[in-house]
Amino acid sequence: MARRPEHLAPPEIFYGVDESRKYTSNSRMIDIQLTMSERAVELMALPEDRHCLLLDLGCGSGLSGSVLEEHGHTWVGVDISKAMLDVARDREVEGDLLLGDLGQGLPFRAGAFDGAISISALQWLCNADKAGHKPAKRLLAFFSSLYASLSRGSRAVLQFYPENNQQTELVMAQATRAGFFGGLVIDFPHSTKAKKVFLVLMTGGAQALPQALGTGASEQEEDQVGYSSERVRGKPQRFQRKGLKNSRDWVQEKKERRRRQGKQTANDSKYSARRRCGKF
Amino acid sequence: MKLLTHNMLSSRCIKGVSVGYPLKISAKNVRLVNCDFDTDFTVRIIQKLDWNALWEAAESVGHADDIPKNLSDIDDYDKNDEFLRKVHHVVLEVEVIEGELECPETGRKFPIEDGVPNMLLNEDEV
Ligand SMILES: C[S@@+](CC[C@H](N)C(=O)[O-])C[C@H]1O[C@@H](n2cnc3c(N)ncnc32)[C@H](O)[C@@H]1O
Repeated sequence: MARRPEHLAPPEIFYGVDESRKYTSNSRMIDIQLTMSERAVELMALPEDRHCLLLDLGCGSGLSGSVLEEHGHTWVGVDISKAMLDVARDREVEGDLLLGDLGQGLPFRAGAFDGAISISALQWLCNADKAGHKPAKRLLAFFSSLYASLSRGSRAVLQFYPENNQQTELVMAQATRAGFFGGLVIDFPHSTKAKKVFLVLMTGGAQALPQALGTGASEQEEDQVGYSSERVRGKPQRFQRKGLKNSRDWVQEKKERRRRQGKQTANDSKYSARRRCGKF
Repeated sequence: MKLLTHNMLSSRCIKGVSVGYPLKISAKNVRLVNCDFDTDFTVRIIQKLDWNALWEAAESVGHADDIPKNLSDIDDYDKNDEFLRKVHHVVLEVEVIEGELECPETGRKFPIEDGVPNMLLNEDEV
């Protein structure tokens, strides 16, 4: 089995300049991140048609945040990797970005946000990267501050890759200690490829967990369906996912979207999506 | 960093800090951007905002003229389009690109570079 990235190096080292660019130009990877983000938005169950203020925890280069934008929300992203945030900035994401370590707690005042998503970041907190790191302590600092940062009744949805059962149990235990209700929603649980784990956390008391996808069908069928071809039901397909190869295509796609929405958009030029040097 | 984000930011993750709010801004470079106006969102944001902190932040970046010092000076603000647009402008269109945030309790500084505040703490600060 391939080694887990979080065993190789601390996140701010692993997601260095090269990995950050590689990560954000891999179309298969982009596709998977966007699909999981769409699902997380669905699981967040925000009030219909409301423009919300949301958090993206471990926002990286802004792939997950772009899905929040697509849904018309305003977002703030936190990530520990400067290189990932640099890529996000170059892509001109709409979200505001902070350099921060989730394990040190979130630096926000109480009730500030209407919801939070985190895509493929939480497993990093289960690792001790520095001598003083205690995963249990860092997880609790993270969940307690997240609980406080959310307005009552709102949810946090965190997709992650748990390494084993103990890790899942630790994560759940610390979230519960922090005051959250909720649990795991596991989509396509019988499929090795399509299986995705979402921790759905609620602030407003115990509520029923949303239904997982693909729990009934046989494993073979699900592997054929594949997670990334599963579309969130009832929502229009918003991405021409094949076009998102590099940042130029990405910016182009975003501009076209803005034009479709009748928004003011910069003209295309050979400078589009080029790294800008110097200050304006 | 938008002033909306600043309004939500605190330094209470630092060991021994109880409130850590609001963070003082010193801005070296401020930029204006365009952002779509949304009436309902702006009204709901005003309900969340700490108005004093917003006004002080606006003043520290040279935009205090855009909004009143006291929110109570404005009657029925949710129906006042001109006022809502000004708030929208201050919270979402004014961005601090280079500068510093400062914890009001410890004086700890957080640099803002390329528009991104660095909120990372040393391990002995948590
Ligand atoms: C696989 S990437 C996912 C990025 C983005 N959410 C997406 O869907 O494309 C994981 C991200 O988590 C971030 N991360 C890992 N540990 C972190 C921590 N302790 N605090 C903040 N971010 C962290 C990494 O820097 C990286 O950008």
